[in-house]
Amino acid sequence: MADLAKTPHVELIDVSRNFGGVQAVRGVSLAIERGTIHGLVGENGAGKSTLSKVVAGAISPSSGQLRVDGEDVSFSSPRDALNHGIAIIDQELALVPARSVLDNVFLGSESGQGGLLQLSEQRKRFDAVMERTGFDLDPDRKVGSLRIADQQKVEIIRAVARDAAFIIMDEPTARLTQVESEQLYEIINGLKARGTTILYISHFLEEVLQLADNVTVMRDGLHIRTGPAANESSQTLVTAMLGRDLELRFPDRKLSDPDADPVLEVRGLSGVSGFEDVDLTLRPGEIVGMAGLIGAGRSEFARGLFGAERTTAGEILIDGEPVKIRSPRQAFAHGLAMVTESRKDDGLIMTRSIAENSMMPFLSEVSTMGVLRHGSEKARVIDMIEQLDIRTSGPQQVVRNLSGGNQQKVLFAKSLMRTPKVLIIDEPTRGVDVGAKQGIYELITELAASGMAILVISSELEEVMGLAHRILVMRRGRLVADMNIDVATEENILAAAFGTAGTVAA
Amino acid sequence: MRPDVLRDYGIVFFLIALFIAMSLASDVFLTSSNLRNIIDGAVPLGMLACAGTLVIIAGGFDLSAGAIFGVAAVVGAKICNSTGPEVALVAGVLTGAGLGLVNGILCTVGRINAFVGTLGTSIGYGGLAVALSGSGIVLISNESFGNLSATNLLGIKSSTIIFLVTAAICAFVLNRTVLGRHIFGTGGNPLAARLSGVPVNKTLAITYVISGAFAALAGMIVASRTLSVTGNTGTTIIFDALAAILIGGNSVLGGEGAIWRTMVGVLILSIISNGFNLLGIDPLYQQCVNGAIILVAVGADAWARRTTT
Repeated sequence: MADLAKTPHVELIDVSRNFGGVQAVRGVSLAIERGTIHGLVGENGAGKSTLSKVVAGAISPSSGQLRVDGEDVSFSSPRDALNHGIAIIDQELALVPARSVLDNVFLGSESGQGGLLQLSEQRKRFDAVMERTGFDLDPDRKVGSLRIADQQKVEIIRAVARDAAFIIMDEPTARLTQVESEQLYEIINGLKARGTTILYISHFLEEVLQLADNVTVMRDGLHIRTGPAANESSQTLVTAMLGRDLELRFPDRKLSDPDADPVLEVRGLSGVSGFEDVDLTLRPGEIVGMAGLIGAGRSEFARGLFGAERTTAGEILIDGEPVKIRSPRQAFAHGLAMVTESRKDDGLIMTRSIAENSMMPFLSEVSTMGVLRHGSEKARVIDMIEQLDIRTSGPQQVVRNLSGGNQQKVLFAKSLMRTPKVLIIDEPTRGVDVGAKQGIYELITELAASGMAILVISSELEEVMGLAHRILVMRRGRLVADMNIDVATEENILAAAFGTAGTVAA
Repeated sequence: MRPDVLRDYGIVFFLIALFIAMSLASDVFLTSSNLRNIIDGAVPLGMLACAGTLVIIAGGFDLSAGAIFGVAAVVGAKICNSTGPEVALVAGVLTGAGLGLVNGILCTVGRINAFVGTLGTSIGYGGLAVALSGSGIVLISNESFGNLSATNLLGIKSSTIIFLVTAAICAFVLNRTVLGRHIFGTGGNPLAARLSGVPVNKTLAITYVISGAFAALAGMIVASRTLSVTGNTGTTIIFDALAAILIGGNSVLGGEGAIWRTMVGVLILSIISNGFNLLGIDPLYQQCVNGAIILVAVGADAWARRTTT
């Protein structure tokens, strides 16, 4: 036992994880001491979630070694990790909403004999866990009827019920109110007092500094440093999280005319899905970048503007004329186009061809009385394939069989098939390789130079800074900063995004 | 490449093999009158299956087409008796389209799952058909109604021609029209389709209307053959139609598929049925064989997908 206290509870030795060609985690070595709260911070895509999933057995490392209590382990499933006392509470809660609290807590670890549940035994176990955690939850309530904060408690009870001594929490407060967050901090400190180790991942730096004993900073899949939280501040963490990838060059931006009449004006747009009172002005030839953390409401705003999500307030003017946009169809009709966030989820119809995907919004232009003119469609698509340099065997190739970069170009082709006045681009280069990225940056710059007004939403800060004339920052659904590119720095963008602006300025 | 070809056209090879096997096993099989019988026997099944393919590709599912088939047969018979065959035909098809529209509304803006929604309407429409028929047989007094199926055009029955035209229309809609593109988009990725300006609810609803209209036409063709109808006409045919769609290799997940696949499925089921007949095998076993073929065809498709992607 004396020895156990000295060996780290969980140790990673030179752990890497690749996804296709992308190295999400690169050679991370890290020791997490027993009975501590260990913070893990980094920008979007720094590799935090991947790393935590490696520890939780949800994904296996490409290389490297994992140790628990000084012994080498290799997990092939979350169940393996659980058997070593490691549980994860994911960003997306993994509960069965239609079942009771009790059923959820013991899902997969039911008390039973020969396939029959021993309900009284389960109740006893439940009461024991409630005593250990000090929670008060009705075991018979349906989980779906609980508030998010209570659902989270169910996940915590579940981890404790399985004797998890190591609990990973990935952004647990992202969807909680201030009061609920503070209750969660108490719970976490209570778990620590009982000897549980917590790996705590959060975008909210103040929260991490307040809770954690040690903090690890990651950037681009690399372990930057680990040290006592007492030695860190928001500023030092932000500085450590920054980092420039010099492989990419951004094309020169043409100046846009600041006095040109705006092509798009948005005033006070609010929507049910999490954005409030957002203003936006776009002039011809201007690229406006929109930065913020994942979940800050940027994509929701874009979809609201594009008529794909309900808005509750605000007005939209195109060329000075007020317009109503209630569906993407109307958005296209008003000269808007959108490159959506995710090719697979909301962008492309993977089972269909390049031609079908790219002409989808504008079929009326290649049809007569609803009957397609295949010849003119083909000509338009071939033109676009050449213009965007899509590497393909032809317009009939099924999109699923293209590389990520070429699929992304098909997404652009769809938006450009009829030259829009305003182009909204949500994550221009997600999941494409460096070469294709360069091509997409050049395309965006050329489009702006030709007079198109462009809104670029990106979680990659350097992308926003490299492309935009002006940068907006969103945080928790609201616009919190609007700065010209010549005054924008990574520090003040991140400070606005993380809500540490006050401390950075001071 | 080979597994791809096998995946895409495996079911065609099966049809060819079945055809050759039947030709060898029975002297009668490969006669022109038998082949014409096979096609003409497949008319109601084939019409339901072709129109149902549009629904499935759009991401829906129409369990109620069999019941609509029955309602339209009864409505057509009654109106034919009271007015005339032409009016009956139009009224029947409109009835089918209207009932299809109800399905379409329930399963889109009504947000009801397609299986549940059309199971519900299937039961409801089935009851309607029995009620309209007065729980008995409706005899069609105007014999000219029989011309709908029995007219001979260049040696082919009019019912067969209506079926082939139906298949051609469905294939044309899918491959050559804006609606067809919208159908594939709606079934393949409704979110992406909507963000591309496709009216996804309207598109899906239209496929239910088409399914209802052609089911109605099929119901009246069957009524015109015997000049008598009961409300229960068509209660089981929907399962054969769905079986034909799936055997042909159309994906139940939507977004993929083709009318030729459905036609292959229809032919396989019809040739098997014909084979039981010609070879004098107890038709009781036919259901078992059909069931086994569906499971093999759909299972093989799932496994092929697993290994290629």
